[in-house]
Amino acid sequence: MRYKMRKMNWQKTRENLIKIFFEFSGIISIAVLAGIFIFLAFTGMQAFKEISFAQFFLEKEWNPTSYGNPQWGILAMLAGTAYISLGALIIAVPVGIATAIYLAEIASPFMRETLKPIIEMIAAIPSVVLGLFGLIFLAPIVSALFNINSGLNALSTSILVAIMTLPTIVSISEDIIREVPREYKEAAFAMGATRWEVIKKVVIPVSSSGIFASVMLGLGRAIGETMLVLMVAGNARAFPGSFLDPVRPLTANIAIEIKEVVSGDLHYQALFATGLILFAITFVINLASDIIIHKQLKKLKP
Amino acid sequence: MKNGRLAREKIIFTLIKIAAFFSAAILILIVFYVFIKGISVVDFKFIFEEVQQRDITKGGIWQAIVGTVYLGLGIFAVTIPIGISAAIFLNEYAPDTKLSRVIRISIRNLAGVPSIIYGLFGLAVFVHFLNFKTSLLSAVLTLSSMTLPWIITASEESLKAVPFDFREASLAMGATKWQTIKKIVIPQALPGMITGSILGLSRALGETAPIIVVGATFYCRGLPDSPFDKFMALPYHLFILATQHVHIQARQYALGTAVVLIAVIFIMSITAILIRYHYRKKKYA
Repeated sequence: MRYKMRKMNWQKTRENLIKIFFEFSGIISIAVLAGIFIFLAFTGMQAFKEISFAQFFLEKEWNPTSYGNPQWGILAMLAGTAYISLGALIIAVPVGIATAIYLAEIASPFMRETLKPIIEMIAAIPSVVLGLFGLIFLAPIVSALFNINSGLNALSTSILVAIMTLPTIVSISEDIIREVPREYKEAAFAMGATRWEVIKKVVIPVSSSGIFASVMLGLGRAIGETMLVLMVAGNARAFPGSFLDPVRPLTANIAIEIKEVVSGDLHYQALFATGLILFAITFVINLASDIIIHKQLKKLKP
Repeated sequence: MKNGRLAREKIIFTLIKIAAFFSAAILILIVFYVFIKGISVVDFKFIFEEVQQRDITKGGIWQAIVGTVYLGLGIFAVTIPIGISAAIFLNEYAPDTKLSRVIRISIRNLAGVPSIIYGLFGLAVFVHFLNFKTSLLSAVLTLSSMTLPWIITASEESLKAVPFDFREASLAMGATKWQTIKKIVIPQALPGMITGSILGLSRALGETAPIIVVGATFYCRGLPDSPFDKFMALPYHLFILATQHVHIQARQYALGTAVVLIAVIFIMSITAILIRYHYRKKKYA
């Protein structure tokens, strides 16, 4: 009896220890996210001891290595990021949403099962390969079309980043569209609506906030894209005037300069500060779209 | 009246269809373009001989291939145990508690953090704070932080697919929770978890921005001897050849490297899918 009791107790302890082990593995994800924020904030905020916020956010010149008169304005690079991510969305949103509608509402099951994996495979192409494709294939075409010296500019980059964001937009929009209850559509068909009218008047309005969230997630990916912009955007520090100008977005700037700086000096800290801003932007975008998608799914699947 | 509406529908559906086929065609265009342009430099020597820094046409890309394989093995060793354990916690122990909700939010947010930010994180934590220097180890840990959320998500999907009755049957027989997980849930879910993990891993191997920051080098003689050495990797080698190498055939060799990189990723993906297929067939045989 006593032996049995001890055995039971040990089993209980063991079960608890195992649970704690699994719990700990789960907590690592929180620790990584918190760690990213803490390390970025800790190093990045030190930069603002010497650089004022106004100088950092409102000035266009970024020239940290200028002897005696370093410049720390990120406005031109923010504009570069904005040009590329908005340009990418202008291309990817119509194509992506149309593709999602096709897959969810129009395609035969066979077409859907063939096309969806192919489109999702785009996410498996390393961005450095897409960058190479841009350098060799797309940039010469853009430069010939617009009769400019180099096709390494915001336009070429936007096209390639649009390709990168397509799988995100298509995949999530399609999932949301498929959740629209059949009864909604059948009610419209019963009223004599054509298939397109059902899509336009029922399916799209019902799933609109989810589609919007997928576009936001696409935007988050576009803002964070690094290798593509490093290879194709042209890397000019000047404030861009048009889509045909070369640009240097925030991500590319970090990738270019971080290897040349001494750990702990002001330039290093300033790069971490730009990282902190990127992190904050993508964090807000991801959190917001996450909330929207969950609300949408809850509404459709009560 | 309805005829006009149907005609309009036809036009719009055609446009939508074109957009969908265009999306799929892009992938095929890129992959074919890279293969056709790059395959000519890929031969036995290209794969198995070391990089000759002076004249790239005299050597191959062996160190870069081995570096990427080491990286993959390291990430696998770190993320599989942690990722699967975390998924078990989320799905089996705490489907909907405050803690699990925070973990889930963290996972989804980690998946959206730009890769260069992981590079900065790795630089601050692994390279400087833990003093691993720029090394293979730092790169493995940095990319593992990035891959972990994908592995957890994939593993959880697979755990969700195990029918609830299986667990209840086992618990009703007097098995403890851990016995049920070990003997029933994990064997059922493992093929799916491995498949999802390999797919996540194959994507991590294409990442370039983080490893530039924490440990990859554009050239090293021979292979890394220890985890504290710097290393070469396929995507970084490709990047250097494409943008910074002066050799007249550098782009050609970049395309060849891209062919090898895509081949590695595709082989891994196909293996993963075959594993899933094999076990599915067995399950319902």
